[in-house]
Amino acid sequence: MTIGLGHYLVVAACLFTLGIFGIFLNRKNVIVILLSIELMLLAVNINLVAFSHFNGDLVGQVFALFVLTVAAAESAIGLAIMVVYFRNRGSIAVEDINMMKG
Amino acid sequence: MASALFFYVFAVLAVASGAMVILTKNPVHAVLFLILAFFNAAGLFVLLSAEFLAMLLVIVYVGAVSVLFLFVVMMLDVDFAELKAGFIKNAGIGAVVGGIVLAEILAFVGYRGLTAASSLNVASPVPAAGSGITNTQALGEILYTKYVYFFEGASMILFVAMIGAIVLTLKHRVAVKRQSIAAQVARGPKTGLEVIKVPSGGYVIPPAGKHPEAAE
Repeated sequence: MTIGLGHYLVVAACLFTLGIFGIFLNRKNVIVILLSIELMLLAVNINLVAFSHFNGDLVGQVFALFVLTVAAAESAIGLAIMVVYFRNRGSIAVEDINMMKG
Repeated sequence: MASALFFYVFAVLAVASGAMVILTKNPVHAVLFLILAFFNAAGLFVLLSAEFLAMLLVIVYVGAVSVLFLFVVMMLDVDFAELKAGFIKNAGIGAVVGGIVLAEILAFVGYRGLTAASSLNVASPVPAAGSGITNTQALGEILYTKYVYFFEGASMILFVAMIGAIVLTLKHRVAVKRQSIAAQVARGPKTGLEVIKVPSGGYVIPPAGKHPEAAE
């Protein structure tokens, strides 16, 4: 059997759902939340590249390239914020981040 | 047939390691499983004849981002067992939301029966198989011409991220003596030399703040 566009979309949907599930499952752990966001962005990239391949349009790969760039920048900034937060508070528990709640 | 086999191997491994990322107790293992997931996704990209993006995924994610994650996980001394509390409590709502999202996406894909839209007006067509143009060359030919402003924008995003990470994590230590080149250059005979009359048998403490080194 031939592998079509739908197969890749199903894989991407599974990975995206795992990302959402991971955010709910590990609500206290910022590191795993960041990993889940990376999983979701990977699923989006698989979608883009799959559409690019099956539509014969190279623009999807260019877009995936930019998504990759933004994902790398996001994880760098997120980890930097986490390091500063740990330095200040000695913990990275999400429920401690409520100083701006008033 | 072989490509179908490879697709299933890569897809199953990618989804399984994605599941392990969120289920494993140890965050170091989670990062390692994320590396495995990205590696298998790179395999899927190769099957989709996007070789440049596949290699980029391996280099950027496996080589840089995952190492950054591992570095931070190992640097922060966090009690991860305590962070796992409420794991089961949140699983129900997570399963509900995730299940709804997955069911919706799958139902949409199944309903529309998404196929390649061959009648579409393709902006930048993929080069034909026998044309001798590689994926990397074709990507570069449109990335550096048609999408050059977006390319510059991406570089600006990376630049801002770099500056932001440095600004956030740079710690200015107070106790460390630093060389102040401006103060040294500005130092002349007027400020560097001071004649103090010391009374015989007494002593004089020079006023503070006169000396550039002492001002630090």
